[in-house]
Amino acid sequence: MAGSSHDAPALGGPIGIVSILIPAALFAWLCTQIGAVTQGPVLWTMDWVPSLGVEIGFLLDGLSLTFALLITGIGTLITLYSSSYLGYQAHYPRFVAYLLAFMVGMLGLVLSDNLLALFVFWEVTTISSYLLIGYLADDPKSRRNALQALLVTGTGGLAFLAGIILIAAAAGTFNISELPDLTQSLLYPGIFVLVVLGAFTKSAQVPFHFWLPNAMAAPTPVSAYLHSATMVKGGVYLLARMNPSMGGTDAWFWTLTVFGGVTAVFASVVALKQTDIKQVLAWTTLMALGTLVLFIGVGTPYAIEGMVVFLVVHAFYKAALFMVAGLIDHGTGTREVDRLRGLAGKMPFTFAAALLAGASMAGLPPLFGFIGKEFLYKGALESPGTLWVAGCAFAASALMFAAAGIVAFRPFTGPRSVPAETAHDGDAAMLAGPLLLAALGLGFGLFPDVTEPLLGAMAGAVLGEPVALDLYLYGGVNTALILSGATFAVGLVLYLLHGSIRRGLQTFGEGADPAWDRLMDGVAAGAKGLANFVQGGRLRVYVFVTFSTLAVMLAATLIRAGTLPDLFELEELRIKHWAVLIFIVAGAGLVAVTNSRMTAVASLGVVGVGVALVFIIFGAPDVAITQLLVEVLQVVLVAVAMLKLPHMKPENVKTVRGKDMILSLSIGAMVTLVALHVMATPLDLRITEYFEANSVPQAFGRNIVNVILVDFRALDTFGEIAVVLIAALGAYGLLRGTRYRGGSPR
Amino acid sequence: MEPLVAIMVGALTAGAVYLMLARNVLRFLFGLILISNAANLLIFASGRLTPESPPLVPYGADVPPPGVANALPQALVLTAIVIGFGLFAFALVLVYRGYQNLGTLDSDEMRIAEPKE
Repeated sequence: MAGSSHDAPALGGPIGIVSILIPAALFAWLCTQIGAVTQGPVLWTMDWVPSLGVEIGFLLDGLSLTFALLITGIGTLITLYSSSYLGYQAHYPRFVAYLLAFMVGMLGLVLSDNLLALFVFWEVTTISSYLLIGYLADDPKSRRNALQALLVTGTGGLAFLAGIILIAAAAGTFNISELPDLTQSLLYPGIFVLVVLGAFTKSAQVPFHFWLPNAMAAPTPVSAYLHSATMVKGGVYLLARMNPSMGGTDAWFWTLTVFGGVTAVFASVVALKQTDIKQVLAWTTLMALGTLVLFIGVGTPYAIEGMVVFLVVHAFYKAALFMVAGLIDHGTGTREVDRLRGLAGKMPFTFAAALLAGASMAGLPPLFGFIGKEFLYKGALESPGTLWVAGCAFAASALMFAAAGIVAFRPFTGPRSVPAETAHDGDAAMLAGPLLLAALGLGFGLFPDVTEPLLGAMAGAVLGEPVALDLYLYGGVNTALILSGATFAVGLVLYLLHGSIRRGLQTFGEGADPAWDRLMDGVAAGAKGLANFVQGGRLRVYVFVTFSTLAVMLAATLIRAGTLPDLFELEELRIKHWAVLIFIVAGAGLVAVTNSRMTAVASLGVVGVGVALVFIIFGAPDVAITQLLVEVLQVVLVAVAMLKLPHMKPENVKTVRGKDMILSLSIGAMVTLVALHVMATPLDLRITEYFEANSVPQAFGRNIVNVILVDFRALDTFGEIAVVLIAALGAYGLLRGTRYRGGSPR
Repeated sequence: MEPLVAIMVGALTAGAVYLMLARNVLRFLFGLILISNAANLLIFASGRLTPESPPLVPYGADVPPPGVANALPQALVLTAIVIGFGLFAFALVLVYRGYQNLGTLDSDEMRIAEPKE
């Protein structure tokens, strides 16, 4: 997948250079803020939705600044690396756009003080990571995995949004810097579940872990970025950020330690099963995420200090090792550990970076990773539930040692394998990142004091109280050191035995992926079934549903109205009233049931004349004239059309459709009742009285109806004429339009 | 008098609904005519019924005599009749063209937009 870079413009051309300079400039600016932030948090605010009292704020404290530095710093190295790795590709500008959008989202996520703004940026990272994972969009697997990541993290995002709303209800503010202690709130259980759900899906905790290894479908620079400093740390960031206001409860402790611990151990075991370097690294990322969640759950000062150091350690070595994996892929054309041996001679710089980063991952002294592991052990040993926490940390660390050996040591040593014969090292742009990050792991390990101010501020932000962080490489012989020694011993054994362990693990099944595919297939099939049920393509079903809904609503209205209206003063009815009533009722009934077109048209005429008679009887001669004219026109038109239309065959179904009959009769009855109700309510005659009073003085017309139509409401009449004109134009177009010819009209 | 019209409206609506539930689109069209008539009658009657006194102002007077019919619903119904006719004419041409192109008046057979599985 990585091709030669000889035809690529230097640093990916102007686009590549811009993509490198933007994070570099941000990184440089953020570095100038370190001094201020170690003194205390910095907060900028501005109005966002002033009418709702929502303001957008950016909070720069130890936690967010450390994250922001990682995002921009590693982002600079990744964009530099990508300019060589992908710069020659036609879609490189698109890649740069996605990556920068992702970076902006991630920066916004960690810097926002307002929870709603945080959520918006959270979703920006979800969507842009979808685009990045699916960057190789020609590959169906790539698209599937991108969609999986989007659905899992998107669903979690919705839970998180609901959690935010509950937080605002409980705290009365959306601003993180103003959040009170939420643990005593009645809403705490709901907030807890929703926020943790959002964080666990984003940070791929078991049982939501499966999307992360699949996200390896992305190009290697993306994996390096997503897995080290960004995306997956979003959930960890959220938990760390909420720790002061939500942490400290039993639910918090047990949920985070159990899920984090299970994720850490499970993922590091599965990591040993993998043969693709990227897959090994992906599963160790899960292990790191599990460990971070585990120690946020523990929440003691030592645990948080260990968590903070480990987070930075992991970002360094994981970004470096992913870039190493890309270099190996680039240099040899394969990432299978079994086929890669003895690369050191051909790829010396890559080997140097891999060795240092791998040693940090394994937790060997004097690297930064060693300090991180020591602090984790110290945190575990003084935590409640020591056995579980320390056990998980120990098992994961030992397995991690073996995994580090598999990806960072074994491919470079031993007899040269076939792909290694033709291997070549990467260019400066690709080597700069891994070498620098690996060197930082060593430098911070030897001189941990330089990291103390910032990481101390970070631990303080997570704990909610200031901490004096004191990092050291060697603190005398203590339990943590003994545990480290044991880790190395067990890890070494695991490394030496990993071939047989892998064969043993590979006898197990495929994990969650087939289940996910079945779930997706089920959703698709269910949606199709529902659509076919709701939209069966038969007009009369739609009409039936529509009228049934009307019937239910009418019934509900009538039941709410309660009383039946006074029905009849039949004694007032005279013969002409009875005649009209019979005309209309009989006509409507006949047209409904007849199978003869002529009978139907004649019955319609009877109904129309009956309606006109009603208008005449009750003092509306103008309306009656119009009704009669229209009635004649309708009959003429229907008669003309019938020359071209077939007879109304008796329907295939039985002549009297029972279900339809019941529905139509009940609707008719209810409409009658509603009409009676309407006519029993008092009438507001003010508008009529206005027209009556002003017809002659203002409009000089004695026929009030006509005056209304042509004067008071002339614009409505104009609209009415326009409607008739448009209907005529439409009909004309239909009659003149080309006819489908031949068989299928498609 | 109003209950009289209420019964007519109910009868027209029942017939219209029954016709609109049919498979033959020509019947649907007849249902459309009936339901327009029902709506017009309902609007008319909701302004109350006043026998045999159209809303006219006699010569020599500035206002109509008390007790004339309500002019407002009459104006509304006039507009509604004309628009209903426009709708009917368009729908009739649509049915006609539909028959020419599809060779059927059975709405169950008109499946171009939502084909059968």
